[in-house]
Amino acid sequence: MVELLQDKDRIFTNLYGLQDWRLEAAKKRGAWLGTKEILEQGRTWIIDNMKASGLRGRGGAGFPTGLKWSFMPQEVTNRPHYLVVNADESEPGTCKDREMLRHDPHLLLEGCLVASFAMQAHACYIYVRGEYIQERNRLQAAIDEAYKAGLVGKNACGSGWDFDIYMHHGAGAYICGEETALLESLEGKKGQPRLKPPFPANSGLYGCPTTVNNVESIAVVPTILRRGADWFKSFGRENNAGTKVYCISGHVNKPCNVEEALSIPMKTLIEEYAGGVRGGWDNLKCVIPGGSSVPLLPREICDTVLMDFDALREVQSGLGTAGMIVMDNSTDVVAAIARLSYFYKHESCGQCTPCREGTGWMWRVMERMVRGEADTSEIDMLLNVTKQVEGHTICALGDAAAWPIQGLIRHFRHEIEDRIDNYRAGKPVFVSSNIAAE
Amino acid sequence: MSTRRLAKEQPKDFKLSKPALKEIEVWAKKYPKDRRRSALIPAMWIAQKDAGGWLPEPALRALGDLLGMAYIRVYEVATFYTMFNLEPVGEHHIQLCGTTPCWLRGAGELKKVCEKKIGPKGSVSADGKLSWIEVECLGACANAPMVQISNAAGDDYYEDLTEENFGTLLDDLSAGRKVQPGPQNERHTSEPEGGADTLNAKGLYNKVKAKKLPNAVAKKAASKKAASKKASKKSVAKKVTAKKTVAKKPGTKKSAAKKPTAKKTATKKKVKS
Repeated sequence: MVELLQDKDRIFTNLYGLQDWRLEAAKKRGAWLGTKEILEQGRTWIIDNMKASGLRGRGGAGFPTGLKWSFMPQEVTNRPHYLVVNADESEPGTCKDREMLRHDPHLLLEGCLVASFAMQAHACYIYVRGEYIQERNRLQAAIDEAYKAGLVGKNACGSGWDFDIYMHHGAGAYICGEETALLESLEGKKGQPRLKPPFPANSGLYGCPTTVNNVESIAVVPTILRRGADWFKSFGRENNAGTKVYCISGHVNKPCNVEEALSIPMKTLIEEYAGGVRGGWDNLKCVIPGGSSVPLLPREICDTVLMDFDALREVQSGLGTAGMIVMDNSTDVVAAIARLSYFYKHESCGQCTPCREGTGWMWRVMERMVRGEADTSEIDMLLNVTKQVEGHTICALGDAAAWPIQGLIRHFRHEIEDRIDNYRAGKPVFVSSNIAAE
Repeated sequence: MSTRRLAKEQPKDFKLSKPALKEIEVWAKKYPKDRRRSALIPAMWIAQKDAGGWLPEPALRALGDLLGMAYIRVYEVATFYTMFNLEPVGEHHIQLCGTTPCWLRGAGELKKVCEKKIGPKGSVSADGKLSWIEVECLGACANAPMVQISNAAGDDYYEDLTEENFGTLLDDLSAGRKVQPGPQNERHTSEPEGGADTLNAKGLYNKVKAKKLPNAVAKKAASKKAASKKASKKSVAKKVTAKKTVAKKPGTKKSAAKKPTAKKTATKKKVKS
């Protein structure tokens, strides 16, 4: 018996764009309601409530949002504070921010105002990924509406706080989803991550104190404050509070996005909302639960695992962005992971050697594994190399490239071994090569 | 890393059009005065549109002059970001997502369609109408497989493709017929096929929910006045504030703010699993 989330407890009531996105309609759905009153509570109240709500960052790392905000300097010196919203959604399997940008932009804008106020930022940049061209036009239109209505700009919402909000966009680089790479890109440079420390809260955009938050983390803020931290906390398990937009893609009957409470069982989520796995639950092979960067989970674990940060960590995977990629028994899982290895090779920024060289190396070995053209001892060598890339780079892209392969070897080693044996026995597995050789 | 180089054959000269220059100025104003360089990526995008879908080298120099940057800084940005086409493309430039979520749902078949109708990856069709490349995840995984098609009219996503409807789409494009962006089946956006079971509760879109804030009691008198003033101004504003005042019941204690508004048991629907 699992309780499903009711519509009235959903934050993104226009997730599918069935309603109008414009200001008047958004107001009817509750956006911009009592924003002035929220700001009048003061920044300590806002930050304390965000801490109390238990909201953890929705961009993948799951860092508590309220705590992150409190890292900003208490006093504004000659360096202005900035809020930067990360809408560079590029993680394979993830397509939630897009829906918020194009269907509920006013929730995001209101969240930007509240968050900026709490961090004493007078300016906020929303960095939208380059490919989301319709989405960024929509967002810009929403910003214009908000300016016109006096909700942002000078004396935003009549609160006495001057607040400017700008839309910025990238041009197709996955790495710009990393916060410091995003800041570099926003400054008009190549998106190569910076060393930390100094952390952005000390020295971020233009060397000024900056907080970078995911779209979803910011867009849920006004609703949490309106309905109370306790309301938000009533969903999910301890330490995994709130609702979350899940993206379900791959071999399911009805791929979709859906907002649900955290800690919902994976099986329920797939069966209730995505029409079940193609060919029934028994036909499931594995699921990548949180965007391509996290290790996959075989069916035995998927049977019972809960979709939240801690439960997925316990099974050596992660919630990430909650972009679930479902694969049924017909899948060539080795090729699926090899394709991800190609993705990371393609998206490595080239700054750190272990990642620049390692991602290419791992991809080439993975391609041989797909054909079985390898030695069984190479599986351990590959695993060993992933461990050497992991944790030895400036940003987490190295880790992200290593984890899917580690997950594959952990759960499907036998499949790789069979393939190698077959190749040696002269019965190679011919799989359609999904990538042209480079 | 993806290795990207500027095209070997370059036009001698390139001048940004007036509307493009104007648009770039709008962007440059978004950043602090001494940070014009921040506008580089949007400016490059505008220049690419201006130049007909790709970035010739003289355009890069023009941007460097415009934003007061060394040319090499412009070149390195142009070669870093994959959405900047460094070679000429077709009138309709198809960017086919080939990453795992799309691949699982048949991006491989779509590639074959492209190869058949256009040519090998990275090529431009003989008539110059179509060109195609494979790109990495475009972030529409719930509508996989999908492509983005860039042309003079814009850059749209075409989602929920099959071999058949993608073939027709390409034919329509090369014949100059009008095509409809978005999902190519009956779906509206990313809801489950056949309509969503969620977000359709009665009255969902007219019910505004707000909770009493700690300072609401002290502010009540003032907000009532403001409410009556606002009410005369905007009819929608009136609705909103009126509902809010109903929510604020007089005599509720401060501690009420701590009480969850939504009772857990009442808010959740029980379903047999």
